[in-house]
Amino acid sequence: MKILVCISHVPDTTTKINFTPDNKSLITQGVQFIINPYDEIALTRALELTEKSGGSVTVINVGEATTEPTLRKALAIGAADAVRINAQPREAFFVATQIAEYIKKTPYDLILCGRESIDFNSGTVPSMVAEMLGIPSVAISKTIQVENGKAVIEREIEGGKEVIECALPLIAGCSESVAEPRIPNMRGIMSARTKPLVVVEPVQTETFTKVAGYDKPAPRSSVKLVDAAEPGKLLELLHTEKKVI
Amino acid sequence: MTDRFTAPDYYWIDELLTEEQKLVRNSVREWVKKEISPIIEQAAQKAEFPKHLIKGLAHIGAFGPYLPQQYGGGGLDQVSYGLIMQELERGDSGIRSTASVQSSLVMYPIYTYGSEGQRKKYLPKLATGEWMGCFGLTEPDFGSNPSGMLSNFKDKGDHVILNGSKMWISNAPFADVAVVWAKDEKGEINGLILERGMKGFTTPETHGKWSLRASATGELVFDNVKVPKENIFPNVKGLKGPLGCLNSARYGISWGAVGAAMDCYDSALRYSKERIQFGKPIGAFQLTQKKLAEMITEITKAQLLCWRLGVLKNENRATPAQISLAKRNNVNMALEIAREARQIHGGMGITGEYPIMRHMMNLESVITYEGTHDIHLLITGMDVTGISAFE
Ligand SMILES: Cc1cc2nc3c(=O)[nH]c(=O)nc-3n(C[C@H](O)[C@H](O)[C@H](O)COP(=O)(O)OP(=O)(O)OC[C@H]3O[C@@H](n4cnc5c(N)ncnc54)[C@H](O)[C@@H]3O)c2cc1C
Repeated sequence: MKILVCISHVPDTTTKINFTPDNKSLITQGVQFIINPYDEIALTRALELTEKSGGSVTVINVGEATTEPTLRKALAIGAADAVRINAQPREAFFVATQIAEYIKKTPYDLILCGRESIDFNSGTVPSMVAEMLGIPSVAISKTIQVENGKAVIEREIEGGKEVIECALPLIAGCSESVAEPRIPNMRGIMSARTKPLVVVEPVQTETFTKVAGYDKPAPRSSVKLVDAAEPGKLLELLHTEKKVI
Repeated sequence: MTDRFTAPDYYWIDELLTEEQKLVRNSVREWVKKEISPIIEQAAQKAEFPKHLIKGLAHIGAFGPYLPQQYGGGGLDQVSYGLIMQELERGDSGIRSTASVQSSLVMYPIYTYGSEGQRKKYLPKLATGEWMGCFGLTEPDFGSNPSGMLSNFKDKGDHVILNGSKMWISNAPFADVAVVWAKDEKGEINGLILERGMKGFTTPETHGKWSLRASATGELVFDNVKVPKENIFPNVKGLKGPLGCLNSARYGISWGAVGAAMDCYDSALRYSKERIQFGKPIGAFQLTQKKLAEMITEITKAQLLCWRLGVLKNENRATPAQISLAKRNNVNMALEIAREARQIHGGMGITGEYPIMRHMMNLESVITYEGTHDIHLLITGMDVTGISAFE
């Protein structure tokens, strides 16, 4: 089984977010970038599946050369090879187009992504890729099994779970419970030195969205405690100060 | 308590590191958060070495990271080795000590002074943690002055008979292999590899330590131990044998100390923003800020010292005196930061809720072993004046 895992390169969750004076891009000085945590889960599951029943795992990223350390980490964790589509990942449609065009030329049995990336959190790339390729897609999977050429995927739904059986090829978005991410070890890091990382030029495509600006959420204000014996005071505060009632 | 550690990097020293060095560092950092932080406080309180970590330490690459891969090593550079030590000691000096001993005091001498047969027999198993090693140099009456050692062996044809004892030996209680330094009949120091089970060789544990409680320390006792001659290092004689190993371990300790200091600083910084007194976070008071500002200044200087020393070591140019300077400066720096951080934590600082007191007590060993603080000062003094003040 050939599995492709889509990897995005995102700021670490502990990063202090600051924007350029025009409010249009993130200041990356001092920011540590990591593999999107959900993609790391997808990668781990891909490795588990191929370790069990054979095959190989390729990782793909749409990004400029600065994302290569992230791909090397994916190789250190255990992917066999990596592909970088050499372009700035402007928006979801652009990224999905690049990945879909790559898959058209190099087909895979299973394509795993994270349920969303933790930078923009739109979670739209997997279903866009599926649509462009005309293959099934399952968003937000809980568990992923592959048996006899078909996938069995559990999804969480309101008040229960849904079990989907689906023929391959297929694209799925992975949530936390799909696998326990692996920490690269020394041997993996050493072998990543010589694993292939291929750079592919992007295809031309339209861009449908552009960034108007970023704003940080207002700082959290302090908490006012109201004595349980004085509910009237709470109502008054909500009315006069917060103006919500 | 969850480990909320974030590493300080005031001078963007990460930019001096290669991507691979950062990957190594981050992987060990993640591993420490996952495996060491949740269990270390209890292990230290109970004075137990967490043996279950051995497999993970081997897997993450803490055993012999800079030795060639053909012997099971990692084939990494010296800066990567230093960063591994930094991260492990961020977790606990005792765990770092176990890794230092295995890598620099056991695997390194077997690789550097050993025969091809010795390398092939021991190194791969030490790299995977299947065998653990210890290093016996210090004796009850010879600490700072190891050349006076009494342990000795007599030639008996195809084997030698070893007598004597060693004290303060990290990993001794559970080690499968011991690299032991002893004198031959001419009074020259030789290195021998002992294996657990050799008749007359015992390793009683030293109890009652208030420092490095999560690391096992013991004695090595040799009572007419019959050691085959093929277990003697063929390629080294004299004090330069053990000193070569110590150079490598001390280098790692210089980095390790930065890890312990970072953990104390990080905890103190967070606490100073969260703890309110007189209606303000204590970090708002000048006296607290002075402590924190001095801590980050000293950590930044120590980081740069380590990085430069690592580059020199990669080029095979770091001198023993340069390593002494870094070991002495950085361990002392870490100990002072631990003490100041303890003050910032107030009463909470003496509990196991925070890592501070454990680091502080650990560092009291680190400032003594591998050459005491004062002995390293004498080494620097001798290096700059050309005059020895030891005797
Ligand atoms: C937890 C722990 C683990 C250890 N692990 C190991 C190990 O794995 N293997 C190993 O071989 N050893 C190990 N050691 C031993 C360690 O290396 C020695 O403790 C150290 O070398 C100091 O020796 P000493 O304790 O005998 O002190 P001493 O040498 O007696 O020193 C006592 C004091 O006198 C000072 N002093 C000594 N000579 C001079 C001088 N010429 N001028 C000025 N001051 C001087 C010292 O600086 C020190 O302050 C360990 C020690 C500890 C505490």
